Amino acid sequence: MTAVHLLSNWLLPCFLVGTALWAAVRRVPVYEAFIDGAKDGFGTAVNIIPHLVGMMVAVRVFRDSGALEGLVGWASPWISRWVPADVLPMMLLRPISGTGSLSFMIDLFRTHGPDSWTGRVASVVQGSTDTTLYVLTVYFGSVGIRRIRYALKVGLLSDLISALASVAAVWWFFGPPGEPEP
Amino acid sequence: MVSVLWLAMLVSGFFVAAMQGRIEVVTRSLLKGAEEGVAVALGLISILVFWLGVMRIAEEAGLVAALARVLRPVARWLFPSVPPDHPAMGSILANMSANLLGLGNAATPLGLKAMRELQELNPDKERASDAMCTLLALNTASLTLLPTTVIALRLQYGSAQPTDILPAAAVATAVGTVSAVLLDRFYRRRERRGK
Repeated sequence: MTAVHLLSNWLLPCFLVGTALWAAVRRVPVYEAFIDGAKDGFGTAVNIIPHLVGMMVAVRVFRDSGALEGLVGWASPWISRWVPADVLPMMLLRPISGTGSLSFMIDLFRTHGPDSWTGRVASVVQGSTDTTLYVLTVYFGSVGIRRIRYALKVGLLSDLISALASVAAVWWFFGPPGEPEP
Repeated sequence: MVSVLWLAMLVSGFFVAAMQGRIEVVTRSLLKGAEEGVAVALGLISILVFWLGVMRIAEEAGLVAALARVLRPVARWLFPSVPPDHPAMGSILANMSANLLGLGNAATPLGLKAMRELQELNPDKERASDAMCTLLALNTASLTLLPTTVIALRLQYGSAQPTDILPAAAVATAVGTVSAVLLDRFYRRRERRGK
């Protein structure tokens, strides 16, 4: 797995330096462009505050009260060999609400740590797909399409497959669940 | 839908806590959750400011356009019903490139532009065309190589290796996107045969 570690360490720095150098060669005023784009960052972060506060509160109440455990506890004995049961609500919420599943991911980071098996599955599930229902609503809504044919089926089925693939990929790269982290 | 789920989480949490006679948990969780929501959003400012800056450099350097050139043959195969010279093809390519680079904010307007242009080619204005369904399959699966928000949050919560999930995420997103494209083709063919 050393090659994989090497790749994931080098990817971001190489992308950054490569982009900046290439832009400079193409005579783009690099720093001015950076500042121009960076201006939008603050507003974007502030705009998600209401969504994040709403969802974090709900997720936190849901977990701390014991309702989450009650919901997934019965499934745990059967599936915990393959995947920790408390990732399930996050997977179910992923196609419906992006901030909702993000809040679950944060909750899992807080309770298990981002480098735990659970934290890694949560990261991959969150990062590998988009919010199907939101995308369908916005895209079809914008041009007034009423009959969306099989689009919902395709979106939800591919979410299911990518959730399974997320679990399989974490198995592949990090071994089975429950292994203590170094 | 989101409202129902939000309500369900709050109400079920309330009842479970109330039945166990520890309602004070809910009060504490409310306050802690709100605090954490703001903390997380503020923590994201640094990475969003930085990343959007880098992405603007990439855009002005023509990275999106360069990637679009590479993707053109793929797009022709994915969208056989769109004439290669039609403006819709250009928007579809820009949308695909922006998604791949993790430029979620830029990808959506490009995707909506592609939808408008595809609507011009669409004979039935209320029914999604084949090309629209394929575009939606691609966008709901969202092939992303750099999930920057996830990396930033991992860092914020003390990960020793915030980027070590990238290879696994790349595999998962590739599998998801390939299955979306195949499912799109499968259901279209089944719909044709059904008629």
